[in-house]
Amino acid sequence: MRLLIIEDDREAAAYLVKAFREAGHAVDHAGDGLDGYALAREGDYDVLIVDRMLPKLDGLSLVRSLREQEIATPVLILSALGQVDDRVKGLRAGGDDYLPKPYAFSELLARTEVLARRRTAATGQSEATAYRVGDLELDRLSHRVTRAGREIVLQPREFRLLEYLMRHAGQVVTRTMLLEHVWDYHFDPQTNVIDVHVSRLRAKIDRGFEHPMIHTVRGAGYVIRADEPQAS
Amino acid sequence: MSPAASPPPDGLIARLGKIFRTTAFKLSLAYLVLFAVLASLGLGYVAWNARRVLDDQIVSTIDAEINGLSEQYTAGGLRRLIAVVERRAGEPGASLYLVTTPAGEHIVGNVSRLPADILARSGQYESYYGRGSDADPSEHRAILRVFNLAGGFRLVVGRDTEERDRLRAAIGNTFGSSLALVVLLGVLGGWFVASRVLKRVDDMTETTRTIMAGDLDGRLRVGSAGDELDRLAQNLNLMLERIGELMRGMREVSDNIAHDLKTPLTRLRNRADEALRNAETPEALRAAMEGVIEDSDGLIRVFNALLTIARLEAGNAPESVSRFDAGAVAREVAELYEPLAEDRGLSLTVQIEPDLSLDGNRELVGQAIANLLDNAIKYGACASASGPQEITVSARRADGVVQLRVADRGPGIPEAERERVLDRFVRLDAARTRPGFGLGLSLVAAVARLHGGSLDLADNAPGLAVTLSLPAGAA
Repeated sequence: MRLLIIEDDREAAAYLVKAFREAGHAVDHAGDGLDGYALAREGDYDVLIVDRMLPKLDGLSLVRSLREQEIATPVLILSALGQVDDRVKGLRAGGDDYLPKPYAFSELLARTEVLARRRTAATGQSEATAYRVGDLELDRLSHRVTRAGREIVLQPREFRLLEYLMRHAGQVVTRTMLLEHVWDYHFDPQTNVIDVHVSRLRAKIDRGFEHPMIHTVRGAGYVIRADEPQAS
Repeated sequence: MSPAASPPPDGLIARLGKIFRTTAFKLSLAYLVLFAVLASLGLGYVAWNARRVLDDQIVSTIDAEINGLSEQYTAGGLRRLIAVVERRAGEPGASLYLVTTPAGEHIVGNVSRLPADILARSGQYESYYGRGSDADPSEHRAILRVFNLAGGFRLVVGRDTEERDRLRAAIGNTFGSSLALVVLLGVLGGWFVASRVLKRVDDMTETTRTIMAGDLDGRLRVGSAGDELDRLAQNLNLMLERIGELMRGMREVSDNIAHDLKTPLTRLRNRADEALRNAETPEALRAAMEGVIEDSDGLIRVFNALLTIARLEAGNAPESVSRFDAGAVAREVAELYEPLAEDRGLSLTVQIEPDLSLDGNRELVGQAIANLLDNAIKYGACASASGPQEITVSARRADGVVQLRVADRGPGIPEAERERVLDRFVRLDAARTRPGFGLGLSLVAAVARLHGGSLDLADNAPGLAVTLSLPAGAA
């Protein structure tokens, strides 16, 4: 995917550009708000990563201006600002996701990839009513889950957890992303609460099957995938 | 110039200038002017009144004389009048008499000269006059009344005003000298007050300057008078005390942070170091790197928690305040932690009253409950395996507050330690071996404060019961 990083801190920007390129993405960089705005308007990017504090044009104004121009490119806002409300303000300005500094790169990468996928999905059709990953099927309307034709009974929360994983099949989702989207809380769970929920889900989905589908990505999160990953 | 010439009076001028600019001096000057004006008005009124009384007295004396003379005139005509006037004029006193011909020539009386125009018309005048022999050139003042008699003769009756004028002069003198005294005393008093106050304010300025220069232990001198300046000095001292306290607190917190972050950072460094030296295979290296990343994530988490606490303690009420059901939040978070509790062999019971709405930040309240549950799961296991292994999450309304309570059956916290565990980085000995940084309860306490609520740690006999009380939303 094509990314635009708008960040005035040279070192942080250089690190992000390098890390995203290593993850296989095309990255452009702008050092201030006005340059970033110009690039974002002209370039065809999948995701914009915007720092909140930027010279010349601050991050929130930039996003607001883009939205006024009806440019719907997903925006992830990075912020070192210290207010409890920052997240809400960022989303209100038209951001699609929000990550406070300091953050782990794996978290940023996972969120960026999800945003990019959301964009390609949105340009296609409206959200699917059923997901299929390998022999695992989830019907959002009847709330039925089957694997290889065998029905799996899930608790409502387990269903939503699986739904979120399958919507982002093949993509890494982090623990905080799961807490945000499945439980609708944005704090940092201190112990491995999410892990326990995932392992319960995993027990129901993968037990008795040769290939596990829910994989743990160390230092990042989880991914659901039909096949064993190719060695790379 | 003589070598003994006094030094240039710059210092004195500067000092005077400073006094003139002081509030005390300006105030006393204003009072001085006001007082002088009032004194002038009062004394002026007295003088004016005295003069009026005296004039009235003179006029009534003249009236009495005239009555007497007019009786004589009626009874015995001009001749008798002249005789009476002659007799009276000979007596010593302030009374004046004169009878003239129609041409104004002197017939009888003790007035020798009069301004010519006075005799032309009858009426009352205040005028100069000459007395006795023409040789006496001295002129006196008098109030005179002129009458036309039959045949053009004129009668003048009057009274000398010398007495009155002396009294007026005396009043005037008193007036002037007392005003001068008022001004003099006012200036001296103003000067005295201003320089006294100025001296104390200068002292305070001097002390605060040394304090600002870094001597934070310095204090202002407080006098025994208990006046405004003493109170000001007292308050400034209290303020300095408070600032000192905050500074010490801050230093303590940053010392703690430095100390408590050194441990995980050292661990992180050692792990990387060891991987670099000993990892033989790419797999081992990879595992080590993953461990390093995990440790770093832990550190990031600590920083985030610290930042959140600092923000909450800064006390800016978040804008994202909404009305939500605290019971629902408690239920959701309990459900989030339930599998974890179960894995640790703890049963989690939830008792929640309906409709526990409150105005606040749902995220923060959720996080607070999560922290309490996290602690309960970490430390709340009953020591004896046969004991009750349960955690109770309850939410209820009581006296306008919503009480969110998490109770466990673990070892609890000794009463003496309950206050201390709310501080940042405080971990009781029993907890030292478990993962964590001692920030969980600090954050809960900060959330309670931000919402205007309270946090209470109590004995659950056995175990710990933590109650987060938040003001309930108005119905």
